Amino acid sequence: MRSIADLGWLTPPSADFAEQCQALAADASRGDLGAELARLATHTLDARQARRLARAIKRIGEAGGDLTPLSPFRLAVHSNATFDFVADHLPAAAARHGVALELILLPFDQVMQEALDPASQTNQTGVDAILLALDHDWFGLASPALDDPGGALAAAVGRLIALIDALAANTSATLILSTVASPPMSLFGSLDARAPGSPRALVGALNAQIVALAQERGALLIDTHALAEQVGTERWFDPVQHLTYKLPFASALGAIYGDWLGRLLGAARGKARKCLVLDLDNTLWGGVVGDDGVEGLILGAGSARGESFLAVQKFALAMKARGVILAVCSKNDDAVARGAFENHPEMALKLADIAVFQANWLDKPSNLEAIAKALDIGLDALVLLDDNPAERAQVRAALPMIAVPELPVDPAWFASTLAAAGYFEAVGFSREDRLRAASYAADAHRAQVKATTRDLGDYLTSLDMRLAAAPFDAAGRTRIAQLINKTNQFNLTTRRYSESEVAAFEADPASITLQVRLADRFGDLGMIGVAIAKVREADGVREAAVDSWLMSCRVLGRGVEEAMLFLLLERAAAAGAARVVAQYRPTPKNAMVRDLLDRLGFARVAEDSSGVRDYQLAVRKGPLDAPPMRITRPAAWDRDLLP
Amino acid sequence: MDRTAIRAKVQEILRDVVDDEDVIITDDTVAEDVVDWDSTNHVRLIVAIEEEFHIRFETDEITKPESVGDLVDLIQAKLAA
Repeated sequence: MRSIADLGWLTPPSADFAEQCQALAADASRGDLGAELARLATHTLDARQARRLARAIKRIGEAGGDLTPLSPFRLAVHSNATFDFVADHLPAAAARHGVALELILLPFDQVMQEALDPASQTNQTGVDAILLALDHDWFGLASPALDDPGGALAAAVGRLIALIDALAANTSATLILSTVASPPMSLFGSLDARAPGSPRALVGALNAQIVALAQERGALLIDTHALAEQVGTERWFDPVQHLTYKLPFASALGAIYGDWLGRLLGAARGKARKCLVLDLDNTLWGGVVGDDGVEGLILGAGSARGESFLAVQKFALAMKARGVILAVCSKNDDAVARGAFENHPEMALKLADIAVFQANWLDKPSNLEAIAKALDIGLDALVLLDDNPAERAQVRAALPMIAVPELPVDPAWFASTLAAAGYFEAVGFSREDRLRAASYAADAHRAQVKATTRDLGDYLTSLDMRLAAAPFDAAGRTRIAQLINKTNQFNLTTRRYSESEVAAFEADPASITLQVRLADRFGDLGMIGVAIAKVREADGVREAAVDSWLMSCRVLGRGVEEAMLFLLLERAAAAGAARVVAQYRPTPKNAMVRDLLDRLGFARVAEDSSGVRDYQLAVRKGPLDAPPMRITRPAAWDRDLLP
Repeated sequence: MDRTAIRAKVQEILRDVVDDEDVIITDDTVAEDVVDWDSTNHVRLIVAIEEEFHIRFETDEITKPESVGDLVDLIQAKLAA
């Protein structure tokens, strides 16, 4: 069962999480403490791990360590239950949302006494905010009040007002009010909704008054009722834990409650995210527009998948309407990507909704930096929605301050997962918010990407790539033909062959054929590359002439093209060829490989007026650095010719 | 799961809960023997044990164990059930 209580948009902590916490706490002089704490907090932490991180934060704070960019926040909590176990989650959750939290838990169920005593802890220790985490019990609404519902409600509200007034008299701290979860035990059943004295109706009426009070008194509000409703009140109220330990709600929900509170504190400190950056292929629509074409995309009514992607677009539009800036970051050809926005009839998002539109073949971290710069906002204001786990891992590794939600494989969950992650928490909604999206001239601006080479060494190694190469065979034939016929972008010559023509290459002793599969730590990507070369004699020299070379764009920038060249050279050498010759034949869609052969070290020997380029490369030992992956080949392949 | 393995796991959790990597427990250990094994940390311990072993204690079970040995027996019985 998928539940928001599991915070599935976060990644699990690494095995050495405890050691990392310790290492940070041990050196309060480091300059990156705040950023590192925030990074460590951005994982699915259980209560023990969250406490470890909380201890590290506390120790660093006590040692006078610099917690920038986290904003300090002192929070006092009044609760009529045992809040310690909830509190265990709070500092980590707050750090996740940009806040260095210092907690003061007030004595159990001493709410009114503490508030009324000017010398009490709350009133003495200048706190930034006071959270009133009170449940239906405290409000006296655990039992029905059928005879005098109005009186019971008035007493409950009166109690809260008395508390607020007492606190206001003794402290200037911001108040955080909380709505109340409605216990699942019913009195009449469905009639509870219509019986004003039922606990359910009383809690409903109380919550309306709490919301109004928050508005009136300028207090913040945590909507505990909404949270309990989302996880299910049956789960929220755990009778064993409540009766035995006086827990306010089930211990397993501490992490999500903490995250909700963390978002609120973050938003109050201006740390909420401001910009939603969207990937395109298989995130905003199903399919790869460069290969499948606009007409081949899965989007909109008619299929569950199509509706899933439409739901993502509609969520993005709803976010835009409330002031979140939208941007696009996709490995795509710019014109092709824009074409989908302009020409697909089911697109809910239009180019005019997008402030910055980055569709190119450079790495995503560089593009995200360009987006932040163009919008003049921090990288920590960005959220990236991307279906590709390898891209997500790369962005997290390079720019950990960007929020990158984990996504389930099934796109039906994309929109709800993004919504549940709460990146865009707000504590107010103003006219300026309404106008913001428009004020960022939403002209799908193309931002200049700083052309720095990013060292991807560790990241590529961490992907644990396994590449399996083989000549064409009967088992691969269908997929080979499919790739040959649908790959438009990473395709040097765009020659199309039927399955029987593929079979002919397979049988031809003068043809070098290569099919390549890739797996990484995120899963098996299947066959992702195909190459064909013909061995021939030219000017008395034996050469391998590349007829076709194509690859799935999903694996771009991971050293796979280098590995394929490596294998091609190996096969060419085994066939006795002294050089490899290759051609780039331009099409409207394959501009991304125009300079591929230059980049791989081929010499350009000719270029005609139509842009066809001829290249050659001598077959020699050790032409390339070993690609960052494990390569397996058939046993029959001679591999001694090259390292 | 045998008692030794369960007790080792309980020790690991307890070390985490009381923030002391040197705590060593035996079947005869009681809460008073361990610094910071107070009532609040006892709840943390029980909740963490429930999560770790994927078990749930009932109300009257939670209050019963008086020593680590009792607790290990209870966990073993719950795992077998």
